[in-house]
Amino acid sequence: MPREESISVLVEQALNGQRRALARLITRVENRAPDSVEALALLHPHTGRATLVGITGAPGTGKSTLVNALARTLRARTFTVAIVAIDPSSPFSGGAVLGDRIRMGDLAGDRGVFIRSMANRGSLGGLAAATHDVVRVLDAAGFDYVLIETVGAGQSEVDIARTAYTTVVVDAPGMGDDVQAIKAGILEIADVIVVNKADRPGVQNTVRALRAALDLGHRFRLTGHHGSLIQTPAAPPPDYDFWTVPILQTVATEYTGLDEVVAAIHQHGAHLRESGIWAERERQRIETELAERLRDALLVQWTAAHAPDALQTIVERIIKREVDPASAVRALIDGNKPEK
Amino acid sequence: MLAGAGIGYNLDANYPYLMERWMSEQKIRVLVAKPGLDGHDRGAKVIARALRDAGMEVIYTGLRQTPEMIAEAALQEDVDVIGLSILSGAHMALIPRIMELLHAEQLNDVLVLVGGIIPDEDIPALKNMGVSGVFGPGTNTQAIVDHITSALTHRQ
Repeated sequence: MPREESISVLVEQALNGQRRALARLITRVENRAPDSVEALALLHPHTGRATLVGITGAPGTGKSTLVNALARTLRARTFTVAIVAIDPSSPFSGGAVLGDRIRMGDLAGDRGVFIRSMANRGSLGGLAAATHDVVRVLDAAGFDYVLIETVGAGQSEVDIARTAYTTVVVDAPGMGDDVQAIKAGILEIADVIVVNKADRPGVQNTVRALRAALDLGHRFRLTGHHGSLIQTPAAPPPDYDFWTVPILQTVATEYTGLDEVVAAIHQHGAHLRESGIWAERERQRIETELAERLRDALLVQWTAAHAPDALQTIVERIIKREVDPASAVRALIDGNKPEK
Repeated sequence: MLAGAGIGYNLDANYPYLMERWMSEQKIRVLVAKPGLDGHDRGAKVIARALRDAGMEVIYTGLRQTPEMIAEAALQEDVDVIGLSILSGAHMALIPRIMELLHAEQLNDVLVLVGGIIPDEDIPALKNMGVSGVFGPGTNTQAIVDHITSALTHRQ
């Protein structure tokens, strides 16, 4: 709901650590309010300092509990922590129940922590862009760490993982056999794997299955090449420092194993910087984001410049098989009527 | 506001894509919390579900929330509405404290609703503190949705 406050005042207050202004600013940015563009422009020079960590995994693996424990562990080392917890929206009503805070009660009352729940707001794309922007606001507000938690299923989660420098994939015993681990593309984005609930039976089987699945994938590595990441055969140069994805075990409810997770995140960050992959990832991330925003803006611009039913007319023609979608788009951007 | 004025969006019912997107970007955010020590969260969950089905984004924080936790969550999540469910009888102790904290955080424009077991004679006192509505057992969830939409429309 719009509550009018000057955007530049909000930005200034948020940069000065006023939490209410920060919360309002996030709402503006998430809603893509008209003045959020101005806000992001003012914030941009202040970004780039936070360590961004993505945490993803199947429902029920204990992501929120792990985020809670991870935030507490980072706080004990005097780092400030912001958490962006993303849950699905209902495809029917557009509403959502966001329940990640239930597991984060331990963080209440700590002024060095800021938790924000986000709904993914449907499948119209732009979730990655909205997340980027919310993370940017928190980064600019000066948090040392921004933890981004998503349910790990589907492309949008992969995109979000690419917002972060380090992606932690959370698994738990009893979540499925080793074929699940291979087919789930989510392992490919993992920089650190955490097997949570490690006090449960079957933990060794889970670790073994994950290790086996990772080893299958070790024939390739991602390399920066002309501004994009490509897969190259894993015949490494002798001095190349490979990142071996660690598989760590935690019991997040008891804070067991969290020091190792923090250490792995630090090591991975150091690895990214030393190998030059950090810069490469950032470049690729910005490139992807720019393309996405441009696509979005062009659609809006095109729609605004044409008759209200222009798109519908073409949809009808495609349904009647008078024109195909690819030719229609070509004709549209040429400014002509689509040919039959 | 709906017309997307000022951002060059030329919205119209004939633009389902943009229309849907713009609609989906304006959400009522609600914090549903259970202050105090009773463990009966069925009602709170029913309300959370009903508000979700009405298209709202509901931040559900679970059982045994302190007034401080509730005020802090409301601030961080920038909610429009707080729904409090209390069945322990401690409402006359908890709600004044919550209202005081909201006031201290300058969250005066947040709509506060109370549900659960609230004796009729306490309702005037609660409304005096700034509670917008009290909803007892058997309330039609649509009545709560209507209350929220109408109160927020009037606030603007």
